[in-house]
Amino acid sequence: MAQKMKIKTSTVAPRLGFGLNAWLIAGFLFFVVPMFSAFLFSIQLGDGTYTLGAYQRMLSDPGFGEAIWISARLAIFTVLVSIGLMLPTVTWLHIRAQRLKRVVEFITLLPLIIPPVVIALGFLGSMPLWLKDSVYMLVFAYTVLTLPYVFRSLDNGLNAIDVKTLVDAARGLGASWRQVLVSIIGPNVKSSIYGAIFLAVALVLGEFVISNLLLWSTLPVWMALVGMSDPEGAVALSVMSLVFVWLLLMLLSSFDRKRKVRIDIGGVS
Amino acid sequence: MTSNEKNYVDMQGLQRNFGDVAALDGFNLQIQKGELVALLGPSGCGKTTALRLLAGLDMPDGGKISVDGKDITNIPANKREMGMVFQAYSLFPNLTAIENVAFGLKVRGQDTNSRLKKAGELLELVGLSTQANRFSHQMSGGQQQRVALARALAIEPKVLLLDEPLSALDAKVRTQLRDEIRRIQIEVGTTTLFVTHDQEEAMAMADRVGVMSNGKLEQIDRPNIVYSSPTSAFVASFVGAMNRLPAKLDASKVHTLGQSVAHGGGASGSDLVALIRPESIEVSVGKTSGSKTGSVLARSFLGPQTRLTIVTSETKTNIHVDLPSSEAGPFAPGTLVELKISAPTLLTDYRVKN
Repeated sequence: MAQKMKIKTSTVAPRLGFGLNAWLIAGFLFFVVPMFSAFLFSIQLGDGTYTLGAYQRMLSDPGFGEAIWISARLAIFTVLVSIGLMLPTVTWLHIRAQRLKRVVEFITLLPLIIPPVVIALGFLGSMPLWLKDSVYMLVFAYTVLTLPYVFRSLDNGLNAIDVKTLVDAARGLGASWRQVLVSIIGPNVKSSIYGAIFLAVALVLGEFVISNLLLWSTLPVWMALVGMSDPEGAVALSVMSLVFVWLLLMLLSSFDRKRKVRIDIGGVS
Repeated sequence: MTSNEKNYVDMQGLQRNFGDVAALDGFNLQIQKGELVALLGPSGCGKTTALRLLAGLDMPDGGKISVDGKDITNIPANKREMGMVFQAYSLFPNLTAIENVAFGLKVRGQDTNSRLKKAGELLELVGLSTQANRFSHQMSGGQQQRVALARALAIEPKVLLLDEPLSALDAKVRTQLRDEIRRIQIEVGTTTLFVTHDQEEAMAMADRVGVMSNGKLEQIDRPNIVYSSPTSAFVASFVGAMNRLPAKLDASKVHTLGQSVAHGGGASGSDLVALIRPESIEVSVGKTSGSKTGSVLARSFLGPQTRLTIVTSETKTNIHVDLPSSEAGPFAPGTLVELKISAPTLLTDYRVKN
């Protein structure tokens, strides 16, 4: 990603010069200044001295571990259900039902249009009783919320390969549908799957309205609660979750890069 | 030869409709064990549909398919033991050449050592053992299709299915690979169905050529017979070049180009179209214009042969004449020529008189 950006500036820069650089700097500041201010706020005391006390306070709070544990489980299961549901579905749309793709695309957009409050209440009404009692109920709500992102990401990945021929070839060689998805389609849209996973995780770790309405103390809900009594602590938490998500992104994109390097070496030999 | 070997592949009364269009309309085809049959036809004639039905990648609306005496009409593609090579490059991009070849064995649960050994042997058979660790994007189109062939053969398929595997390649690689596929097919002895729109390819490779039109098999026979004795006007015009000349019929003779020649029989009606191969017309420099003459419109050099385009003096029809290039010297455009039909190859279009 970094390389791409470099190429862009070096080819465009001579003509646009100052203007483009100014925009880049402005954009950079727009993102970084609030984060830096938040960090500063979380470590500064009233008398102007600095301390990491807020971070210590949060990490040692028993509610923190609990909230992280709930959110982590939700993230993992949401990713599994969402990818497990959408990879076969989008593959099927590509090989057998191109015309239905638009309909499904529209359906996946609904979570962006329908207000979260409506989703949450509708959800509560439609779930079976035994599930209403479990935190895993949120997995299904979150799966719905991730649909627009996961659909788009997988659709882009599948557009880049000749799905129909690859599926025909694999089926003809004796592969079951499960083998087709796991050994052929999956590996060839790996970066799209990583992208979808990242978006789903980021969404689960940030979702507030539904979990709050359904009375589950996920990380964002707990953060909001803490913020009422301990503003520095709440900001320290948001800085930590930002860093965590950022690390996750780095990790996922490094998986992706590793694969490319291996192929490049093969090409040279 | 047992009846199972004689009708090793037996496709009977196949029907496949896409909306209102019948891609296959009562299609019948029998293939002997070990034989290479080519299906030839214009695009949209149903040849690829027939192949996909045999592969199980598409299901018929009616009819029956059996292989080696066993009805496979309702068996899904992954249980049919067919090896297929596609028109589009179909290697799995995430696997190397040797892993691609070994894929079919992997899904059959063979252990790593034995499947890589077998895959290595097949890569050697297609002449690519040095490319085993390459990915598809590191290989040329011809190499990719060879790997695809090795991959299809690795599972020791009951029938090898080739769906225009050469059409994306450039001319030189195409003829080379064509001969090689035939060599390998004879060596391995796999029953093969080959689909193509290129008649030269079909003629050069196949034991028998089936010509298709509108979802039906029009004629199937050895290549030389399809060329010399087509059973319908469609086959006659589709296979090889053909001149169409207005003609009249009486008793046993066909009158065209101011000449009377015998015909193959069966024709009726008085106004017909005579079908004559370009190599069945002889030309000589003419003196006076008449019913047997024409003037040269164009002369195209095609290597060993030269093709003349001639417009006839009386009926103003364009006809093609092929002659050895060494004899084409005197026939510059504008030359008046006399035309003589060498009788035995004359055919008559039974259906025409609009």
